[in-house]
Amino acid sequence: MSTRSLFAPKVDIPRGAALALGAGSVGVLLGFWCLLTYGGFTPPDFLAAPDKVLAAGVKRIGDLSLFRHIGSSLTVILSGFLLASIPAVPLGILMGSFRAVQAAIEPITGFMRYIPVSALIPLLILWIGIGIEQKIMVIFLGTFFQQLILISDVSARVSKDLIDCAYTLGASRRQVVQRILFPACMPGVMDTLRVTMGWAWTYLVVAELVAADSGLGYMILNAMRGLFTDVILLGVFTIGVLGLITDFLFKLLRQRLLSWSADL
Amino acid sequence: MSLLALDHVTVRFKPKGKPEVTALDDVSLRVAHDTFAVIVGPSGCGKSTLLRLVAGLETPTSGSMALDGQPIAGPSADRGMVFQSYTLFPWLSVRENVMFGPKLKGLPKAECEDIADDLIRAVGLSGFERSFPKELSGGMRQRVALARALANDPRILLMDEPFGALDSQTRQLMQELLLEVWQARRKTVLFITHDIDEAIFLGDAVHVMTARPGRIKRSLSIDIPRPRDLDALTSPDFMRYKREVLHLMHDEAVLAATPRREAIRLAS
Ligand SMILES: Nc1ncnc2c1ncn2[C@@H]1O[C@H](COP(=O)(O)OP(=O)(O)O)[C@@H](O)[C@H]1O
Ligand SMILES: [Mg+2]
Repeated sequence: MSTRSLFAPKVDIPRGAALALGAGSVGVLLGFWCLLTYGGFTPPDFLAAPDKVLAAGVKRIGDLSLFRHIGSSLTVILSGFLLASIPAVPLGILMGSFRAVQAAIEPITGFMRYIPVSALIPLLILWIGIGIEQKIMVIFLGTFFQQLILISDVSARVSKDLIDCAYTLGASRRQVVQRILFPACMPGVMDTLRVTMGWAWTYLVVAELVAADSGLGYMILNAMRGLFTDVILLGVFTIGVLGLITDFLFKLLRQRLLSWSADL
Repeated sequence: MSLLALDHVTVRFKPKGKPEVTALDDVSLRVAHDTFAVIVGPSGCGKSTLLRLVAGLETPTSGSMALDGQPIAGPSADRGMVFQSYTLFPWLSVRENVMFGPKLKGLPKAECEDIADDLIRAVGLSGFERSFPKELSGGMRQRVALARALANDPRILLMDEPFGALDSQTRQLMQELLLEVWQARRKTVLFITHDIDEAIFLGDAVHVMTARPGRIKRSLSIDIPRPRDLDALTSPDFMRYKREVLHLMHDEAVLAATPRREAIRLAS
């Protein structure tokens, strides 16, 4: 028996094989889609054919309406994400390393992490209305508490020896926090931001559920009324591609800013 | 007068939901100026606790500690420490790591760099000033850690099994390097190990500790001439010391294993 086979666990495979497997699974999915639609197995208002989705895309790129939707979705996502990340990073780091901060915050995060964001939408509408603020708050609520928990975990895992070592070099408590704890957390923080950015995209449709007049989520919901499955799929693909791009940007940023970090 | 004096120091830990542990029991210890003191003992006997006390990272339950007559309270740049785990700051280059202490003291940048480059040369890492820790091997990282601890020109250098994670060839080289640096700079060193050869090769004095609770069982003064080289390791004097420490340690290992056996018998 060979333990270096394609079918052995935790064994690297050639780059070509990896690419082929990836392309293969995407190909199968696309083939299945073509078969269902061009083969006449599904009506167009159930599942649009690939060329219809493409045509819908070309039209909306031509009249720039797709970019308008992308722009307004990006505004919502980025605002909500920044609003969450800016306090969550320092608070999470302190929470993971200071028992007092943890004791104060943990009951709230522990409770909030299980509340579906959609359950809070009625309250949000009552409190802040149906403008863009409400949509931004949905993204904020969907990411903030998860970020706190993940980042506090990153901070809790920073080696105690690293901190003790700084003390023996003459650092004060404040210097230990600023010069050791915070930088030591950065790789984990970047990973958390990357993951939660992905989650922020998954909240988009929920955020644009109420009283939106633009945005990819709105485009999808609106298309549903007319059973325009081509536009729905176009919206889904656009969100997926934008998600991939932001993910890639985060990866690039981490490699650039944190090249000292061993675990890339 | 000795530089470091510990008198009747006892440390008890009370972990939540677990029985109290007496890590050190009535330990008294003297370390003379500019000497190399080694503490050797079985693992879990309280060696790290003892060193962390001197570093100011732990406080004694009772007893007193003084450096040059001044009571020890909290960590300070006077007492530099090299840890067993790799503790280089990974976001700083080798030079920046070594400069960490002097910079905290507020020395001008050029002076910090001079101090750092001097020490990096002393530990044989010239040319690696701009490298980052992730690019270095374990032995190289510990050399930088040594240089970094020395950069503060501490009054005592504390080393907690600093070569414990290295392979035996690298460890031997590191011991020779350490003696070389120590000989050149004349520092007081308190070094911890569970390796008997390492203890005798390095030390002017070797203190053998008992298993839990940790006490100093016997202190030997090692009269092997310096500078010591590889041949010292096989000299008759070395063998005599080694035999003595081996017996002391063996008794402790047996003792350390006994209560555990008892506990298993009681539990079943
Ligand atoms: N912070 C702590 N809390 C509870 N027990 C501890 C703590 N630090 C050390 N101990 C216990 O004290 C004993 C001595 O530990 P240590 O000094 O690390 O031994 P050594 O370095 O000789 O292996 C061990 O039984 C260990 O479990
Ligand atoms: Mg130890």
